[in-house]
Amino acid sequence: MPTALVEKALQGDKLSITHLLSEVEAETPKGIQALDLIYPHTGKAHKIGITGAPGSGKSTLVAVLVKELRALPNKPKIAIIAVDPTSPFSGGALLGDRVRMLHIQHDPDVFIRSMATRGALGGLSDRTEAFTQVFDAAGYDYVLIETVGAGQSEVDVVNLAHTVIVVDTPDMGDDIQAIKAGILEIADVLVVNKADRPGVDGTVRNLQNMVNAGHGKDLNVHHHRFLTEKNQEKLDHLVEEDYWFPPVLKTVATENTGIALLAEKIIEHGKFLKDHGLWELKTELAMHEIVARNLRLALYRRWIEDADKTKLQAILNDLLEKRISPNQAVQALMAL
Amino acid sequence: MSEKKIRILIAKPGLDGHDRGAKVIARALRDDGMEVIYTGLRQTPDMIAEAALQEDVDAVGLSILSGAHNALVPQIIEKLRGNGQNNVYVFLGGIIPEADIPHLLEAGVTKVYGPGTNTQTVCRDIREAIAPE
Repeated sequence: MPTALVEKALQGDKLSITHLLSEVEAETPKGIQALDLIYPHTGKAHKIGITGAPGSGKSTLVAVLVKELRALPNKPKIAIIAVDPTSPFSGGALLGDRVRMLHIQHDPDVFIRSMATRGALGGLSDRTEAFTQVFDAAGYDYVLIETVGAGQSEVDVVNLAHTVIVVDTPDMGDDIQAIKAGILEIADVLVVNKADRPGVDGTVRNLQNMVNAGHGKDLNVHHHRFLTEKNQEKLDHLVEEDYWFPPVLKTVATENTGIALLAEKIIEHGKFLKDHGLWELKTELAMHEIVARNLRLALYRRWIEDADKTKLQAILNDLLEKRISPNQAVQALMAL
Repeated sequence: MSEKKIRILIAKPGLDGHDRGAKVIARALRDDGMEVIYTGLRQTPDMIAEAALQEDVDAVGLSILSGAHNALVPQIIEKLRGNGQNNVYVFLGGIIPEADIPHLLEAGVTKVYGPGTNTQTVCRDIREAIAPE
């Protein structure tokens, strides 16, 4: 058992934390056991997701936001998980978010870890959630998760963050873009960064209209796949005061403009969740999601290990020669 | 099942602003299937060692064109070791006079690459040095 490593990581030893993250990322037996050991120590950190289009200024915003949060009276410890895409061709990755975070690198209570998606498509890596557990258990008060540059549907971060910040920029599209389903819906705080550029007021107005039209009432959980009866009941009993309306904020991250208000809104949102019993609800739903995902993976792995490789190949051949459809192939595989 | 990938920090210590070489190497390593953390210009030895620690890298590649390698490189290696990263593979690229190389190797650098180096050579050296676990 990796007990010694976990003990030291729980005390905040950086070398142990960094090794633990690598074991967890590679899903080694040691890493998997370590997660079992740290789980009872999790649940304290405020997890904040930052998402938005490539080049919208997420990394720069994260860096100034961290500086702002570090200046709070309680001097919170902060971890940043910065996710960038893995090449679909070489399997390699260029992780460049640190370039924007140089001025917080000196801070001993800030831990920045870059992470490649390694094939996952939802804007995160499959191991990002596990990383948040490690930082949470190691005593980091805030865990900021910066997703890959997102398009419209990289929304996985909503399943693991308490507070989601969606970063937009002026002139990213008209009012129709603002009412589409997807990324804008998951925001708890909407930020229009680069607000010194033309078109900012129109963008703010479009987003404000979207919020006012009721997307903000969604709580980001209504369409959850694993909503149990108990949870549904809680949701049905929410009253008007339990609905959070996402504020639309203007920032210029490179000039530190609007960042104090952003930090304030994040803290306010965290407190709002706790005051209305929503923090627990979000945690519970996130846990269901994790179990469902891990179960799916585990079942698939067990199945592929047990599967008769010759028959598997025969079915795939039938599929390629158009003797059976993909759907029939799945039926045949299930019957193996 | 995930696998262990080779992770490399590419950093430019000191004050010269020429990062073309660092970017070419970063790109070549990426295309070779490695995860490259690029930290940008004007890094102090402290910043590089701290980034290497947080990212748990297998290797650190330093690009120096300013002539300050004799001062900076031993400091960086000392700080890496001081953080407990005893096995990190350190390589160096840039304008490095022949006469300085023995001193740098002694300080803990494994390879020194001059202008015109084939990027495939760099990739191969790294893969040979960092055996998969």
